[in-house]
Amino acid sequence: MFDVIFLQFLNGLDKGAAYALIALGLTLVFGTLGVVNFAHGALFMLGAFCAVAMRMLLTLETVTLDPEKLSPWGTPLEVREPLMQAWLGDFGAVLVNYSVPVSLLLTIPIMLLVGIALERGIIKHFYKRPHAEQILVTFGLAIVAQEVIKSIFGPNPLPQPMPVELRGAADIGAWLGMQANVITYPLWRLIYFLFSAILIGGVFAFLQFTTFGMVVRAGMADRETVGLLGINIDRRFTIMFGLAAVVAGMAGVMYTPILPPNYHMGMDFLVLSFVVVVVGGMGSLPGAVAAGFLLGILQSFASMNEIKAIIPGIDQIIIYLVAVLILLVRPRGLMGRRGVMEA
Amino acid sequence: MAQPNIVLHVADVHKRFGGLHALADIDLQVEEGTTHAIIGPNGAGKSTLLNVIIGKLAPTSGQVVFDGAVLTGRKPYQINQLGIARVFQTPEIFGDLSVLHNVMIPALAKRDGAFRLNMLKNLNAETTIRDEALHMLEDVGMSGHVDMLASSLSRGDKRRMELAMCLIQHPRLLLLDEPTAGMSRHDTNTTIELLQKIKQRGMTKVIIEHDMHVVFSLADKISVLAQGRIIADGSPDDVRGNPAVQEAYLGGTH
Amino acid sequence: MSTFMSRNDLLLLIGFTIAVLTMPLWLAPFGAGYPDLLNRFAIFAIFAIGFNILFGLTGYLSFGHAAFFGVGSYAAVWSFKLLSMDALPALLFAVVISALFALLIGFLSLRRSGIYFSILTLAFAQMSYNLAYSVLTPITNGETGLQLTLRDPRVLDNALFEAGPGLPSPTLLGMPLQGFEAFYFCAALLIVAFFLAQRISGSPFGMMLKGIKSNQTRMHYTGFNTRPYTLAAFVISGMYAGLAGGMLAIVDPLVGAERMQWTASGEVVLMTILGGAGTLLGPVIGAWLIKYFENIFSAINDVILARFWSFLPDGVSDAMVQITSKFVGDGWFLTLGLVFVLIVIFLPGGVMEGVRRIADQFRPSRRSGRPANQARPHPRPAE
Repeated sequence: MFDVIFLQFLNGLDKGAAYALIALGLTLVFGTLGVVNFAHGALFMLGAFCAVAMRMLLTLETVTLDPEKLSPWGTPLEVREPLMQAWLGDFGAVLVNYSVPVSLLLTIPIMLLVGIALERGIIKHFYKRPHAEQILVTFGLAIVAQEVIKSIFGPNPLPQPMPVELRGAADIGAWLGMQANVITYPLWRLIYFLFSAILIGGVFAFLQFTTFGMVVRAGMADRETVGLLGINIDRRFTIMFGLAAVVAGMAGVMYTPILPPNYHMGMDFLVLSFVVVVVGGMGSLPGAVAAGFLLGILQSFASMNEIKAIIPGIDQIIIYLVAVLILLVRPRGLMGRRGVMEA
Repeated sequence: MAQPNIVLHVADVHKRFGGLHALADIDLQVEEGTTHAIIGPNGAGKSTLLNVIIGKLAPTSGQVVFDGAVLTGRKPYQINQLGIARVFQTPEIFGDLSVLHNVMIPALAKRDGAFRLNMLKNLNAETTIRDEALHMLEDVGMSGHVDMLASSLSRGDKRRMELAMCLIQHPRLLLLDEPTAGMSRHDTNTTIELLQKIKQRGMTKVIIEHDMHVVFSLADKISVLAQGRIIADGSPDDVRGNPAVQEAYLGGTH
Repeated sequence: MSTFMSRNDLLLLIGFTIAVLTMPLWLAPFGAGYPDLLNRFAIFAIFAIGFNILFGLTGYLSFGHAAFFGVGSYAAVWSFKLLSMDALPALLFAVVISALFALLIGFLSLRRSGIYFSILTLAFAQMSYNLAYSVLTPITNGETGLQLTLRDPRVLDNALFEAGPGLPSPTLLGMPLQGFEAFYFCAALLIVAFFLAQRISGSPFGMMLKGIKSNQTRMHYTGFNTRPYTLAAFVISGMYAGLAGGMLAIVDPLVGAERMQWTASGEVVLMTILGGAGTLLGPVIGAWLIKYFENIFSAINDVILARFWSFLPDGVSDAMVQITSKFVGDGWFLTLGLVFVLIVIFLPGGVMEGVRRIADQFRPSRRSGRPANQARPHPRPAE
C-alpha cells in the first residue's frame, strides 16, 4: 500500500513542479507590478516552442540527390546529411541528442527580451487601469501569441525526444532500500523535478540575498515608500517581468519531453496555474509553490482507479474543486495576505 | 430639559490591533438632536471609533447600541437601514453616474429597503423620488449640477453631494468624518452653513473633525480622544478650558 | 415624457427592430444575407446582451458563461429527444435549467469579487466542461456530441402525430423552422431580449447594478444588500446564455461539450468588450462583427488573396499573399486577438465609444461639463 501511495506522490511531482513554476512567475508579476497576467501561460508555451525551434535548427539537413543510387521507386536517392554532425562531428551529435537542455541557452535571452518588450510596450500602460482591463489585454495577448505559434508551427503537438541516456526509469524503491522494480519513476521526470527545485530555489535566493531582490521585496510590500526613497522601482519591476518570463520559458522548455508542445498548452496551463495562485494565496510566493505541488500531487492521487471508483470523474475536476472550496472557505488562500484584489 | 433621550450609546468598547490598544474603555452617549463632536490629535483613534460605530470594524469587546438595537455584529447595510448615514473622509460617491442618480439611489434605498427586484418599472416613472432628489440638491445648492457626471465635480461639490445623499434618507443619526478636510476656506464656510441649517431640523449628528473652527461653530457637546481614551467630555466651553485637553493637543502633536 | 419608456429608448427599440428584421436585405450586399449566418448573428447577440447585464452593469467579469450556454443547448436537445421537436418547450427547458444552474454557481461565486470571482466562474465552467466530457457522457454523449436519433421517444410528438420517415427537424407550433422561418423566429427572440435588457437597464434595479459597479462600498453604506442584486443579474444573464444555447441547438442539433469550454466563455467577453460593455447596442454590434468577420475571414484562402494582391508586381504580390494568409482562414483568431488587444488599449469603451468620439468631433460646442449619459464605463480599481 505504501508503495502505491509513494508512487502516486512521485507522479504528482513533475506536474506539480510545472504548476509551481508558472504560479511562481504569475505571483511575481502580480506582486511586483500588480498586474493580473493572463498571458503568463503563453510565456510557458513560447518557452516550449523555443525548444522546438532549437531542435529544428540543430537537425537541419542538406539534401542532395545522388544520381548513382536509385531508390526502390527508381528515382535518384535523396542523401540527407545532418549539418551539425557535418560541422561539429560527434559534438554535433551530442548537441542534437541534448537539444532540450541545450535550448535553454536560446530560451533565456529570448524570453528575457519577450518579457521586457511586453512590459515596456503594453503592460506598463495598464498599471493604473482596472484589473478587468488588465485581464482583458493580457488575455488578448495570449490569443495573439498562441495564434502566431500556430501559424508558424502548425496545430499539431510536436513531440520532443529526451536525451537517449535519460530515457530510462529510476528505480527509486531500490535506492531507498526497498524491493527493486516496485517504485520506478521515469528519469526525465525526476530531472524535471530537480530542475524546478533548483530554479525555485534560485528565484528565492535571488530575492532573499541580493540587493536587487531586497528592493523588489520591499516594493512588493509597499511600493510608494520605496518609490519615495528615490529608488527607481519601475525599472527593477520591468526586469522582474522579464525574469518571470524566463522562469516560465525555462519551465516550458524542460517540460517538452513530458508533454509534446502544442499551441494551446499555454492556456491549458494558465487556467490551472491561476487556480494554483489563488489556492496558494494571491501575492504569496511560498504559497504559490506549495499550492503548485499540492495540487499536482492531489491530481495524481485523484487519477488512481481506486479513487475514481468511489467518486467517478474526480480526476477531471479535483483541482477546480479544491480551488472552489479554498476560495469559499478561506478566500485568502493558503498563505495570502488579507484584502489583496478583493474588490 | 427633562430626561435626555440617548440615541447612540458606545458602551465599554475596546479595540485592539495585535498589540496596539487602539480604543480603550470608550463610553460615549449621544443625546437625540445634538451635534456631538469627537476631536483629538492624529492617531488618537477617531476613525477607528467611527468604523466601530458603523460596523466596518468589530470591537474586541463592548458594544454599540443605537436606539435600543445592538449595532455590533450587523452589516453596514443593516446599520444604514436602522437610520444611520455616513459621510466619508474621502467622498464615497458613484463617480460613473449623474449627480441626480447619485442622490436618487439612497432615496430608493430608504423607500425600497435593502433589496427589491424593481426591474420592470422605468426610472423615469419614479417621479416622486426624482422630485425629492432635485429638491435635496437645491437644498445643498447644487441645482446647477444635476446632470453632471459625479466624478467630474470639484472636491467640495462631491462632499456636498455626498451630504445630500445622506440627508435624503432622513437618517436619525448622521456620522461625519472630517467633513471639511482638504477644503478651501470658502468651501469650509459653505459646509458649516449647510450643517448649521440641518442642525435646525433636529437631526442627531456625530462629527469627527480636526478643524477647531468647524467644531466650535457646530458642536453642542465635545468628546476629546487621545491615545485611544476619552480624556474629556462636555460642552464646548468645558472642553476649551480643560488642561488635559490642552496638554494632549500641545504635547501630542508637532 | 412617457412613464413606460423614454422617447429615446422607444426610438432605439424601433430602430433596432427595423434593423434586425431587415437584416436579410441590408446584409445581402455584404455576402451575409443567408439564414445560417443570420441565425448566428441573432443567437450570439442574445448571448452577449445577457453577458452585458452582468459584466456591463455590475462590473463582475465572468469567465464561465459558456457553461450556461452549453447547458441550454443540452437541455434543448433533450427536450427534442424526450418530448417534442417543438422549439417552445425546448427553449423553456433551456432557460429554466440554465437559470437553476446559474443560481447555484452564482450563489457560490458571488461570495467573492474581483479576480476571485472571475477565477471561481472559470473553475465552475471548466468543471462542467470536463465532466461533460467524462462522467456525464450518458447525458452529453461525450466527444461525439449529443444528437437526435430515430429511437428517441419524443413522447408528445408521437402521441399527437404520425412519425414521419427520417430524422425530424425542429418546428414551431407545427411549422417547420428552417431557412428564413428559423431566422425570423431568432430575430423575434433577439428583439424581445433586447427590449427586456433595455427595460432592466432603465429600471431602478438596473441603476442599483450600475451603482454596484461604480462603488460597492457606498452601496453598502447606503443601505443596500448588494448580493441579491448581483445574484439576480447573474441569473438573468445565465438565462440569456441558456436561451442562446437553446436556440443554437434548434438551428444545429448536434451539441458538443466544446460549447462550454473556456474559449467559448472568452468569445462572449470579446464580443461585449469589442462592441462596448455597459451599452445596450454595443454587445449586439460586437457579436455581429465577430461572427461576420469570422465567417468572411475564415473563408478567404490563398487563391482569393492572390487575386486581391494581383495588382502588385509578382514578387511583392507573392510576399503579400504569404503575409496576409497568416491572418485569414485558420489565422482568423490571430486577427481577432490583435484587434482585441488594440481595442482594449486604445478604445476600452469599444465600438460604441469610437462612434461617440467621432460624433463628438462634429459637435464640439457641447463638450463642456461632460453630461452623465456619455459616461465611459470604467469600473473602479481595487480599493
